[in-house]
Amino acid sequence: MVKVIDLPDRELLYGHKACPGCAAGTIARLILKVTGERTFLAYPASCLSTVTSIYPQMAFAVPSFTAPFPATGAVLSGMAAAVKAKRMQDVTVLGMAGDGGTADIGLQALSGAVERGDKIFYVCYDNEAYMNTGVQRSSLTPFGATTTTSPAGKRGVKKNMFEILIAHRIPYCATASIAHTADFLAKVEKARNTDGPSFLHVLAPCPTGWGFPSDQTMAIGRLAVETGLWFLAEYEGGRVKMNLAPKNFKPVQEYLGLQKRFKHLGAAEWALIEGQRDREWADMRRKWGF
Amino acid sequence: MPKPAVSVFQYPRTATEMPCGPYAKAGVIVETNAGWRISRPVIAAARCVRCQQCWLICPDGAIDRTGESYAVDYNFCKGCGLCARECPAKAITMAKEDGQGE
Ligand SMILES: Cc1ncc(C[n+]2csc(CCOP(=O)(O)OP(=O)(O)O)c2C)c(N)n1
Ligand code: SF4
Ligand code: SF4
Ligand code: SF4
Ligand SMILES: [Mg+2]
Repeated sequence: MVKVIDLPDRELLYGHKACPGCAAGTIARLILKVTGERTFLAYPASCLSTVTSIYPQMAFAVPSFTAPFPATGAVLSGMAAAVKAKRMQDVTVLGMAGDGGTADIGLQALSGAVERGDKIFYVCYDNEAYMNTGVQRSSLTPFGATTTTSPAGKRGVKKNMFEILIAHRIPYCATASIAHTADFLAKVEKARNTDGPSFLHVLAPCPTGWGFPSDQTMAIGRLAVETGLWFLAEYEGGRVKMNLAPKNFKPVQEYLGLQKRFKHLGAAEWALIEGQRDREWADMRRKWGF
Repeated sequence: MPKPAVSVFQYPRTATEMPCGPYAKAGVIVETNAGWRISRPVIAAARCVRCQQCWLICPDGAIDRTGESYAVDYNFCKGCGLCARECPAKAITMAKEDGQGE
């Protein structure tokens, strides 16, 4: 269990240019507090690279590598091989990528690295669209959300990365929310201590792309879980544990109604989304028995 | 305050001073973000219960918990208001920015 008081005061990510209230900023900053100075970091083209690595600025204070958009998993494999060859001890090979860089173009490289069993810790910070390039839809954009490439709202549903990783029989994978910070930190620590590949999928509310005021990032994150539109679970030793299973969900409009990207939706779409949610949860309960 | 600071960066003046290859030094900050703020968080030390919540969640890591009372690094705080909104003791208020930076 991570104790907040024990986290180092030294900032390993500082002075970055992320929008005010950016959850990805908190996520990256806290992960580095857990993994520490002995971290080798790779991240692909994404908000995270755009806001940290603007020559000569380098907001990460750990050795890091800006990977090509599809390549994070492969780059991490290379780093893990180097760590092994040099017999380095106590280092974390960490990847942090967006939803596009993970679930779309980076999926193949991630799958390869996990299948090879490389000792890497891969984080997907999920702001649910291609944000740094101006809000285009990804396969992790949720149903109904407006982006510049889904102006009337996305039709398809959000891809389930958790299950894709489980299908690899990965030693450890989990979903998390930055608004549930203790749960998030505990998972970061477990993931980085895993002997083999680990994967963490963190919901990262994005004031700019989702359309909400910058002081509501945590409130939105909490509502995603309370409305059942995001879930907190982990897969370990071949079993899934649901970390939080709300007895009753809040109405989805409490979450959707606060964000511009869902503003065009009305009662009919809310009912549709609620129906999807209830089917998903029934399915999860059946599969994972909680 | 134990926070990283802006360092003086000597930009290359000639081609021979350009970095050799696509790499650069880590942990280099060349400018502050203070100019982004339209309001600034002010912590009332008397109300603060030192719960660390603001320190934990600040996307910019701009809160310092090491001193006698919690303090904000106004060079890098962007004024997002998250700390004020999440503070359980209501110890942080957002004041109109006076444009003075630090
Ligand atoms: C092969 C390739 N295609 C397209 C791009 C342009 N590009 C850079 S980042 C990006 C989207 C990133 O989205 P995501 O991974 O979700 O990260 P975010 O910006 O949301 O943090 C795109 C399309 C690229 N750099 N390389
Ligand atoms: S667009 Fe969203 S994810 Fe990207 S820096 Fe801004 S708030 Fe963060
Ligand atoms: S959140 Fe409020 S009470 Fe907690 S440490 Fe910060 S200022 Fe103090
Ligand atoms: S206003 Fe935002 S950036 Fe400034 S200290 Fe508070 S949380 Fe950090
Ligand atoms: Mg994204």
